[in-house]
Amino acid sequence: MTEALLDVRDLHVWFDLPHGAELHAVQGVSFSLEPGDRLGLVGESGCGKTTTILAVMGLLPPSASVAGQVILNGQDIMLGAEQTVRPHRWKDIAMVFQGAMNALNPVKTVGSQIVEPMVLHEVAEGAAAKTRAGELLELVGIPAASAARFPHEFSGGMRQRAAIAMALACEPKLLLADEPTTALDVMVQAQILDLLIRLTDDLGLTMLLVTHDLPVVAQVCERAAVMYAGRIAETGPMDTLFHDPRHPYTRLLFAATPDLYGEGDVVSIPGSPPRLDHRIEGCAFRDRCDKAFERCVAETPALLEVAGGHRAACHLNDLNGEGAA
Amino acid sequence: MSVAETSPVGSRVNAGAPLLEVEDLVVTYPVRRTLVAAARHVPRTSVHAVDGVSFSVKTGEMVALVGESGCGKTTTAQAVLRLVTAQSGAIRFQGQDISAMSSTDLRPLRRRMQMIYQDPYESLDPRFRVRQAVEEPLLIHDIGGSKEERHQRVMDAMRRAELNPPELFADRYPHELSGGQRQRVAIAASLVLEPNLLVADEPVSMLDVSVRAGVLTLLDGLRSRGDMGILMITHDLSTAAHFADRIIVMYLGRIVEEGPAREVVRNPQHPYTRALLSVVPRRDPREQVTPQILVGETPNPVNIPSGCRFHPRCPAAEDRCKTIDPALVDAGPDHHAACVLVGEGAAR
Amino acid sequence: MSAIANEPGIVADAPRKRSRGGLVWDVIKGRPSAAVGAVIMGIFLFIAIFAGVIAPYSVHTQVGPVYGVPSAQHWLGLDDGGIDMVSLLLQGARVSLIVGFAAAFVATVVGGGVGMIAGYFGGKPESVLMRITDYFLVIPDVPLMIVIATLWGPSLSHVIFVIGLLLWTTTARIIRAQVKSVRERVYVKRARAMGASHWRIVFRHVLPQIAPLLVANVVLTVAVAIFDETALAFLGLSDPTAVSWGSIIEHAFLRQAISTGAWWAIVPPGICVALVIMGCYLVGQAIEDALNPRLKVAHLSVRGFRLRPLVGMDKDTL
Repeated sequence: MTEALLDVRDLHVWFDLPHGAELHAVQGVSFSLEPGDRLGLVGESGCGKTTTILAVMGLLPPSASVAGQVILNGQDIMLGAEQTVRPHRWKDIAMVFQGAMNALNPVKTVGSQIVEPMVLHEVAEGAAAKTRAGELLELVGIPAASAARFPHEFSGGMRQRAAIAMALACEPKLLLADEPTTALDVMVQAQILDLLIRLTDDLGLTMLLVTHDLPVVAQVCERAAVMYAGRIAETGPMDTLFHDPRHPYTRLLFAATPDLYGEGDVVSIPGSPPRLDHRIEGCAFRDRCDKAFERCVAETPALLEVAGGHRAACHLNDLNGEGAA
Repeated sequence: MSVAETSPVGSRVNAGAPLLEVEDLVVTYPVRRTLVAAARHVPRTSVHAVDGVSFSVKTGEMVALVGESGCGKTTTAQAVLRLVTAQSGAIRFQGQDISAMSSTDLRPLRRRMQMIYQDPYESLDPRFRVRQAVEEPLLIHDIGGSKEERHQRVMDAMRRAELNPPELFADRYPHELSGGQRQRVAIAASLVLEPNLLVADEPVSMLDVSVRAGVLTLLDGLRSRGDMGILMITHDLSTAAHFADRIIVMYLGRIVEEGPAREVVRNPQHPYTRALLSVVPRRDPREQVTPQILVGETPNPVNIPSGCRFHPRCPAAEDRCKTIDPALVDAGPDHHAACVLVGEGAAR
Repeated sequence: MSAIANEPGIVADAPRKRSRGGLVWDVIKGRPSAAVGAVIMGIFLFIAIFAGVIAPYSVHTQVGPVYGVPSAQHWLGLDDGGIDMVSLLLQGARVSLIVGFAAAFVATVVGGGVGMIAGYFGGKPESVLMRITDYFLVIPDVPLMIVIATLWGPSLSHVIFVIGLLLWTTTARIIRAQVKSVRERVYVKRARAMGASHWRIVFRHVLPQIAPLLVANVVLTVAVAIFDETALAFLGLSDPTAVSWGSIIEHAFLRQAISTGAWWAIVPPGICVALVIMGCYLVGQAIEDALNPRLKVAHLSVRGFRLRPLVGMDKDTL
């Protein structure tokens, strides 16, 4: 069995709130990635998906506290907080942030911004770095000569590609992409997704794609984890998630997404996600679930194996109460 | 000017009566010259954001205007509501040409055409309570003689926007509501005037997926139940395919294809539409098609290609496409596309 | 309340953004510097209003020798005319503050109006008004004040007018910038699209948004106005019959208070001016600070995120 590249175990993140309160943003999230995988982390706003990948990169603010393990190539990089995470940042794990195309420095050339992480992480410098920056731009589909241009001369799609090139500057093994195509036109989105697929297939890059857009995940990823209220509700192969969802949220989320040729009704999920600054009794989804029953009120469902590689946190899968984890 | 009367629930009144007719609409923006260019007397160029667009919206119909950024769909919507002045073309609302109307003449008509904006977090004044926000249009247009009558209308509009029970929401401030609820408040504020035309500019793109369907279904219900037509601007083809009656596809300021939603989506005739539809991600992992990814991005409207605007990126382009600028031709029942290949059998 | 808490979507415990008294009250309660400033202003306002009642002696009666030394009956001694300093200060507060507030009011009304029209309508009106503002901005204050006061003749209303004439420009610029930004908000555009008249939009939507900024601006302008009035009075360009802090300093200066060593005739009014200006500044600056969006600087912090051990907790507890 190949060793997992990234193994996140029981990750918790809390944020301090004024007046001594706490927001439990991530509540025991576990997943793993093997080399070459493309895993989707899906959920709506507030579910904790962005916080999860920020935690993996160690990019949380001082108001955050973290528990759990982030095992990269067999080593727990979360053991010493910032000290142990930093050596891996950008060199082993890199990230394309949400809205990265708008976060480029407007007064520096694109090329110099790609060179910057190389110099910072002592991967290359000088002429070698510049050549490499050109190569990276070509890799993402931008002519190398454009390195001398400024971000405002690029279109939105090209800026996003530049952001991806920046993330690849130090040859990471794992790429975390946070909503890489939101706010892009559908054709440009297709180009970027195609690029990401090629990068993983040709370069052996492993990718964790965070998005709220289910169809995008269906197109790009082989597996996905659906998050709700800080926890993973269901995880498994994309095909299974669509054709045999075992968590009502997954099923309802698909049902709420219109499809080009879909005939059925598109239905909203009533209500809204619970607040995470209070302790939640029982299943966090029960108020909005169409199949909730008494057990859901008192007992929090654990993430249980439904079939090989397919896990769901719902009492409906465990009506006998066996609860095998 | 005909005013449709309310009808018993379920039937469509005046279905088929032309609510909005747009003919050869042209909207241009001047491009600023640099000081040097002005000194050299370089002629002023203008961007033709909308370059000859014609379509209609009937009462009881939802028409989706789709396209990528820079295609002119938002400008078209703004021109229709006279928020932006068109260079030329006719805009007929309920039979009257409003393209050249003065502000004073336009004012009473404005209550019949309302816009729903994209950003639910910015479209409500943060200092107004919900009932004040919904009541304001009544005060602007001097409708409802007494406070009680206005209160009634406000509660009514909130119910129609599915903010039930209205009393629960009336005294709230926008920051106490979720995105979906704010959007419903904006819709209620439009409904309170009992408009005939609703222009919705990306009404759900900033809302969570699980909430979108509710708002879209609400809009769908409004147009089929009342005497309303809806023009929806969206970049999301899946939404358009699901909720709209007709789809109009725009590219670089022109309509490239338009027809019944099902028809356009299942039997696209224009190469651009085909490419666009092929790259829309599908929910079902088993139903992924080979995407026809076009090279490059939509060119800047300042540099419109010669001949067919789409020819530099068109996978089916021929030599003649560089010189011929195709008009919209019949491509099926009530279905038109602007491509030389349409109707030649080659476009299958 | 519990029914609302369960209502999906409503953020029942969302913190109330503003208390009953509005932003200004929140700021004063929340920041110690603003509270100090408010207290100072409060004291001086009280003095100004009740000067006539609380002044121990009349300002027109000589009660002792010229430059009498501070004593138990006259805490700050006597001035060059033998008049009680404390009473002079209290009376002076009245004039200084009245002129300061009146001039600031004129400046704000003119500046706010200009800024509002320029920012709201844009285009030609804006260009014209901003050009005019720029011209006024460039003129040096004190020389212009001297010239106008000399030509026009000394009187309090002239002084108020002159100061107002010079101070409106800063207000105009600030208000214009803010109005422009508010005008682009979607809800203002919506109101416009709905057919709302300009009046309605300005008074119901724009003004409430810029009101806190106006308040901050007024307060800061008062500080400058009081200083300007003091300067004018010191130069002898103000109404000679009016008793203001500046005129007290002027008299003392002209009548050799310094060489006589009568510090009590010069220093106290100066301190009063300084205190009032500081008070205005503290309050005004605090309001302005509160209005500025807080920059997110968490990533610049030296501390990082913290680790929390899971020892002793099992899954059910979490």
